[in-house]
Amino acid sequence: MTDMANPEVVEMRGLSTRIGNLYVHRNLDLRVERGQIVGLVGGSGSGKTTLLRQILGLIQPTAGTVRLFGQDLGGAGAVAQSAMLRRLGMLFQGGALFSALPVFDNIAFPLREIKRLDEDWIRRLVNLKLALVELETEHGRLMPAELSGGMVKRVALARALALEPELLLLDEPTAGLDPDRSRSFVKLLGQLQGELGLTVIMVTHDPETLAGLATHIAVLAEQHIVKFGTVAEVMAGDHPFLAGFRDGDKTRLL
Amino acid sequence: MTPIPRLQIESGKVVLTGEWTLAALLPELAQLQTQLAADSLADLSWDLSAVARLDSAAAVLLWRTWSERWPAELIISGTCRRTLARVAAVPVATGSGKARAPGLVERIGYLVLGTVDNAKGLVTMYGQMLLDLWHLLRHPSGMPWKEVAANIYKAGALALPVTGLVGFLIGVTLSYLSALQLRSVGADLYIVNILGISIIREIGPVLVAVLVAGRSGSAMTAQIGVMRVTEEIDALSAMGVSRSIRVILPKLLALTVVMPLLVLWASGIALIGGMLSALLQLDISLAYFIENLQRAVPVANLVIGLAKGLVFGFIIAWVACHFGLRVKPNTESLSANTTTSVVTAITLVILVDAVFAITTRNMGIPQL
Repeated sequence: MTDMANPEVVEMRGLSTRIGNLYVHRNLDLRVERGQIVGLVGGSGSGKTTLLRQILGLIQPTAGTVRLFGQDLGGAGAVAQSAMLRRLGMLFQGGALFSALPVFDNIAFPLREIKRLDEDWIRRLVNLKLALVELETEHGRLMPAELSGGMVKRVALARALALEPELLLLDEPTAGLDPDRSRSFVKLLGQLQGELGLTVIMVTHDPETLAGLATHIAVLAEQHIVKFGTVAEVMAGDHPFLAGFRDGDKTRLL
Repeated sequence: MTPIPRLQIESGKVVLTGEWTLAALLPELAQLQTQLAADSLADLSWDLSAVARLDSAAAVLLWRTWSERWPAELIISGTCRRTLARVAAVPVATGSGKARAPGLVERIGYLVLGTVDNAKGLVTMYGQMLLDLWHLLRHPSGMPWKEVAANIYKAGALALPVTGLVGFLIGVTLSYLSALQLRSVGADLYIVNILGISIIREIGPVLVAVLVAGRSGSAMTAQIGVMRVTEEIDALSAMGVSRSIRVILPKLLALTVVMPLLVLWASGIALIGGMLSALLQLDISLAYFIENLQRAVPVANLVIGLAKGLVFGFIIAWVACHFGLRVKPNTESLSANTTTSVVTAITLVILVDAVFAITTRNMGIPQL
């Protein structure tokens, strides 16, 4: 919803997360505006996935606030909360497909949850999403266990896109895809972003995805966002983590 | 706030305004659908130039309204046209692949084939166990002692409280109810015979088998099942570790060894419960009870009870491991196989118990 007075889609302030005795985040600030595609980078175990789970409200922060679409997720009631969560789509790292349901029903699941759409409408939408992620209609009959790793990713993306979300959270979207698929994935997201004004936060280790898609980069290190800005700004920075990332990028491209 | 999606008909022209997205459509859906359902809308010219955004859900709605044809006259922005074109390009394959419900004959057929298949799997597992034991006899260093011990602890030691508690309560109840009957015919002293024979020979083993099937049998099926789902079983094989020796054999051995001990323990506690109840109800002293127990219950009954425990323990682990290996990598299959494992184990235990009752009918019954 194009609320121009309130362009922040996600706003985190003074966020601290403690799991056991270990601080994953300490005093973390992040502000993502509508239409941005933010690449969240950081070393393994730096708490990138945890940050995504914070946005979804799957983990309660130890201190600080998380605001989604300008509203406090934790403070909202159950109905308001599920309405807010319907406005975002999440692609989990392992796909998190419902293993007992075939692909078609997996994608139809969020649509059926609305309880207002008829089956014909749902069928067309599911087929559309399948085509969007370059899968055949016939693939809808397969069970998640029968899919290859890359297909699981694509089905999970189709499910995340089912409700036409305004905010898309992607955890390692291109890991496990071959370079061709990875490139078409980047193209697809860019296209969707152009048409729907999608906001995307993605965790990625793939420099190519980052370069091809991200408008902004957030670097997570030392338990907080050490750097946030446009791709050019951040890449010009001198944080040791970035240096490693940049070198990796170069060797890959050479 | 969001511009509300609206549809107006102005002089033979359908004008759409506002935000045509799923989220914005939902509150207005009933009204819009009645408007769109009106006839002859598809033949009019359409003006979508004032639509702020059009997502695929709304595009599907429009495409259906147009009976899957582009309207004769359409004013639309390039972005929205692309969205509609994508919808238009998708084949409308009917059916989400829902399987039709099988008929009666088919279902009976599947049941029979399934049973045969399970029997085959169980026999194969038994044969594999014998082969593994033969292999371990020649290579004793490969014996998975640690796993056996862990399983004995989990299925045995940790089951002591629950089997003890249930045994005690059953003993008290049985003794109390029998005492009421016996007192009315003045046969108070036979409480020792009744409790002794029934608990040691029958109730103890069956009771423990049911508890262990629910407790350890289900755990074994679920564990092996999840190991299959997460490919841990394959990882073991990939490292050259035999899954039947490392995963299945320890469970079979442990439960076979530990069940007689659990039967002994539960029967003992049940007898103590019965003794206490007899003391309070019939005033039969503990010393008298214990002294008469030895006379009233020949030792053959204890042997039968322990033998039952041994066989039941093996059956439970055998069935549990078999169904664990049949789990397909999805949650539905995991829960179905765990249920089937427990139900099958208990049913088999009762069947085998009946066989025991018939084959041992001449043993251990005191001649009065």
